[in-house]
Amino acid sequence: MSSRRSRSRQSSGASRISDDQIADLVSRLQQLIPEIRNRRSDKVSASKVLQETCNYIRSLHREVDDLSDRLSELLESTDSDSAQAAIIRSLLM
Amino acid sequence: MAESSSISNPDANSNLSRKRRKIEPKTPAGAPTETGRPRWQNDVEQQIYSLKLVDALCHLRRPDSAAATSRAVRDAADQVLAVSARGKTRWSRAILTGRLSLRLAHINKKHKKAAKRAAVGESRTKKPAVQKKLPPLEKKVKVLSRLVPGCRKVSLPNLLEETTDYIAALEMQVKAMTFLTGLLNGAVSSSAAASGDSSLADRG
Repeated sequence: MSSRRSRSRQSSGASRISDDQIADLVSRLQQLIPEIRNRRSDKVSASKVLQETCNYIRSLHREVDDLSDRLSELLESTDSDSAQAAIIRSLLM
Repeated sequence: MAESSSISNPDANSNLSRKRRKIEPKTPAGAPTETGRPRWQNDVEQQIYSLKLVDALCHLRRPDSAAATSRAVRDAADQVLAVSARGKTRWSRAILTGRLSLRLAHINKKHKKAAKRAAVGESRTKKPAVQKKLPPLEKKVKVLSRLVPGCRKVSLPNLLEETTDYIAALEMQVKAMTFLTGLLNGAVSSSAAASGDSSLADRG
């Protein structure tokens, strides 16, 4: 349903509206990415933001893959009961 | 919106749709969903995620046939993450439905690749430029849309919104999994030490 609304906006010649929206969202994205946040330059081009976003998402995926590798190894070596008990204990405390 | 989500996932979302009907009159009609950092940076949210992930991983280990491969762990982590999103974002819905239609997706990909090869590069160059954007920017948008699950045919503002939520969710996932790994490391070393002590006690 929301996609229909967005399509009607675009078809009504609303390149003005979408540019403003896009600039706003790009600036929001900019805040999220640590690379760009740390550099503290306000005039980052949209393509740079997009590039950094893609790189950041890829690096996050890689981290998750590494962590799941380690977790699978750890799970095989421990028995689930003691592991679960330890986790629940630490989370409750 | 509640109707569409209940159609896609009747079992999981039947309770959610009931809750939404109660909440809907309170929130204004045009209010956007609560995306962004405050949702995912919550410590409570992270703890809930860790608990659910542990539960899912223990369910993984019970059937002895399926070993806890890293792919299985990754899939479980993504599933739990998507469930935590409570169906409000497109990427989470894509992850949840992706599992069900995995084979269909493979078949569709094969058909699409065959169709593209038949069309070669002619159709691509003749695409009408409806939106006046620079080609390199367009390419990056496409790359980004491929990275975020379920967002390949999504308009640019929606894609950017999904991306902000997805990045925040991924960061939480990394934090929670790091935390779990540290805990399990501690559990392994302590159990190893305990078994070592007990063996020493037996000998002594």
